[in-house]
Amino acid sequence: MPRSAKSDVAIVVAGQAGQGIQTIESILTMVLKRSGYHVFATKEYMSRIRGGSNSTLIRVGTQRVSANVNRIDVLAALDSDAIGHLAHRISPETLVIGEDLGHDAGSEVVDIPFTRIAGEAGGRITTNTVAIAVLYGLLDGEPEVLEGYLTDHFQRKGPETVRNNLEAARLGYREGSALRSSGRFSHSLEPSPAVKDEILISGAQAVALGAISGGCRFIASYPMSPGTPVLNHMARNEKRFGVVVEQSEDEIAAVNMAVGAWYAGGRAMVTTSGGGFALMEEGVSLAGITETPLVVHLAQRPGPATGMATRTEQADLDLALYAGHGEFPRIIYAPGRIEEAFSLSHRAFDAADRFQVPVFILTDQYLIDSYYCVPGLDAGVAGPETAVVQTSPDYKRYALSGDGISPRGIPGNGQGIVCVDSHEHTEAGHITEDIDLRNRMMAKRMGKMERIAGDSIPPTLIGPEDYRVLVVCWGSNYHIVAEAVSLLGRNDVAALHFSQVFPLPPGASRYLEKAEVTIAVENNYTGQFARILKAFGGFDVRYSVRQYDGRPFCSETLAGRIHEIAGGGDRR
Amino acid sequence: MKGNRFDPGPLKTSWCPGCGNFSILDALKTVYGSLAIDPVDLVVVSGIGQAAKTPHYLNCNLFNGLHGRAIPLATAVKAANPRLTVVAEGGDGDMYGEGGNHLLHGIRRNPDITVIVHNNMVYGLTKGQASPTSPRGFTTSLQVHGVTSEPFNPLAVAITMGAPFVARTFSGDREETSRVLAAAIRHRGLALVDILQPCVTFNRVNTHQWFKDHTEPIPDTHDPADRMKALELAFRTDKLPVGIFYLTEDRPTFTETLPAYETSDEPLFARKVDREGLGKAIEELK
Repeated sequence: MPRSAKSDVAIVVAGQAGQGIQTIESILTMVLKRSGYHVFATKEYMSRIRGGSNSTLIRVGTQRVSANVNRIDVLAALDSDAIGHLAHRISPETLVIGEDLGHDAGSEVVDIPFTRIAGEAGGRITTNTVAIAVLYGLLDGEPEVLEGYLTDHFQRKGPETVRNNLEAARLGYREGSALRSSGRFSHSLEPSPAVKDEILISGAQAVALGAISGGCRFIASYPMSPGTPVLNHMARNEKRFGVVVEQSEDEIAAVNMAVGAWYAGGRAMVTTSGGGFALMEEGVSLAGITETPLVVHLAQRPGPATGMATRTEQADLDLALYAGHGEFPRIIYAPGRIEEAFSLSHRAFDAADRFQVPVFILTDQYLIDSYYCVPGLDAGVAGPETAVVQTSPDYKRYALSGDGISPRGIPGNGQGIVCVDSHEHTEAGHITEDIDLRNRMMAKRMGKMERIAGDSIPPTLIGPEDYRVLVVCWGSNYHIVAEAVSLLGRNDVAALHFSQVFPLPPGASRYLEKAEVTIAVENNYTGQFARILKAFGGFDVRYSVRQYDGRPFCSETLAGRIHEIAGGGDRR
Repeated sequence: MKGNRFDPGPLKTSWCPGCGNFSILDALKTVYGSLAIDPVDLVVVSGIGQAAKTPHYLNCNLFNGLHGRAIPLATAVKAANPRLTVVAEGGDGDMYGEGGNHLLHGIRRNPDITVIVHNNMVYGLTKGQASPTSPRGFTTSLQVHGVTSEPFNPLAVAITMGAPFVARTFSGDREETSRVLAAAIRHRGLALVDILQPCVTFNRVNTHQWFKDHTEPIPDTHDPADRMKALELAFRTDKLPVGIFYLTEDRPTFTETLPAYETSDEPLFARKVDREGLGKAIEELK
């Protein structure tokens, strides 16, 4: 099994829900970034409020880190169940630290008295700070950065809280340093000062900020993991960016509200997951025939039905592609990188407005809940902020003249009336069953597909251009596949990532046909994207690597599976 | 009706001759014509059914959407542009059956819209099945042995939930219907107007004559601010009271509670993205 060169350390913090894993993760990652380390974090958790066994992976690197891995270099176990929970990932090289855990699952645990140290510092409430500082000391981070962060973070709780936490940090750091000096942990990471100026952003934040950048002014949704974090981020920005944020009574109301907001001129979206989206389907069809723009953020989790509520999967591609009765055009984006979650969320609003179609931002729990350092995001604007026209007195919403896209007016903006109808309709927007009009309206709507395809996002080639083996992936697997290919280090293996999965970008076949061996990597059982390539691109992907256990791929294990299929070839 | 700016002129409707919808349409033209708004400022959102086709026979903005979903869609139209006058219109199956949940939550949210329900106690377009307001024992091709469920009481539900304007009229009394509709549209907040209406094809029980015999005006002595009295009126079944049951001015509307309108009353389409603020929000992630 290939293992990455030690340019990064994989830390896992594990314990029960409610023990503070989240706090440790959010503070430690930010402090490490501000010290000049690249960080990547992703969590796996159970669908419950307290208890259970959850963990978060924090990769700390001298170079960019942005993919899930299986290996654990340091495990901070907050309870004894954590060790059993992660037994399959613990190796002889894993340093396991914990408090009063004794020997479990065959692992030697280095005892760190987190709560006793916290008691000395001013109370058990500072235990998380101790844990953060132990890990930070173990990595030899700059103590001043941690102190500065904690001072700011606890300021509003008063000077005593600040003092106690600084003391907890000092004692914890000392413990971490001592462990480092003991020789049980020998990784040494050089900081990269440029990282200090980068931003640390999650997939959910990127989707929300991208939507705001795309002019989103309205979001209505019903809470459902893992779609909810985007709704939370929009709510946090409600006042700041003047966004109407509403928790609807159900997903049916949510999608109809989004359609209504677009009709009246507000760029709108919904955020949901498979089960909630299934309820929205009739509304998607409504957007289709009324040619009302619509943006749907669909964060996938394993189904069917409730499936595994807090885990990840890529099995709702078919759902998005075929959602809604009848035939109408649509666009499906599947961002692979967090930067792309931002840019494509923005783009979704422009495309929906321009083509008057539903546009999907298809993510999953893994992308939404992961975060890493990126140099920055462009808050600027590339094009017009709206495609809405002022209406004239004789305005007809579904005018058949022109270039196939009827100019979209909105009520109260001009001198015309805007009549929109879920029935097949006349140019003026009234019910019709006329054969000729039906044929012309269908042709007008479906005709947009060609223009949409012309505006596609091309796939990204990762690795050598003269490949023999091509690994095909889409959506959140970008970094995992990229790292797997890089770990293999073979000059005959490359990857092709699609962040637009429908319509297929023209020219994709150029890459596919060049390969001797093609392998589709997907987080689903049936190979949904491979089927799209076959149905709409006429291309048969020969091999597949599929995982549907609710967990993301790991780059090292994936590299192994690719190598097995690719056969031959030299490995560095 | 001559010269009414909301009248699109002569056109064919898809309603049966003698349908109660005709008098409701006439009343609506009169009411809209009496308001200080232009057709471009009025949006009528409707669902599916014969009643939901009403806006097609008016000269105004319309969104004829899905069965049952007029209220959330209309709520969003009003939230996206509070300067528009917004009406949600449909039948009893549309608003009380398929869209029942939206009615409840629409009342809780309290957008400044008027909900007009053509209540003929039967499904017309799907050919005569029972509706949520059909009386017990009502027989149809589907309820062969008669309806066994208790009829939905929209007025009692709306009053209980605190809808700020609750009224019932009978389509046969065009003048009273017009008066109530005008008051409903002018009222700030969600106004529910349940309009009793005969279905000449599928309801042989609740006919024009039946409604005449079984309705009576709410007495002038009724104080519509008295919620308990309003509820008592709503519970009456021997005679169905018609008129304004309940009204209150003290509930904030949905738009009034939205942070997006705290510092600006501009409709959403007229706003520009705060690029500088967005740049700052990104910087804060450092």
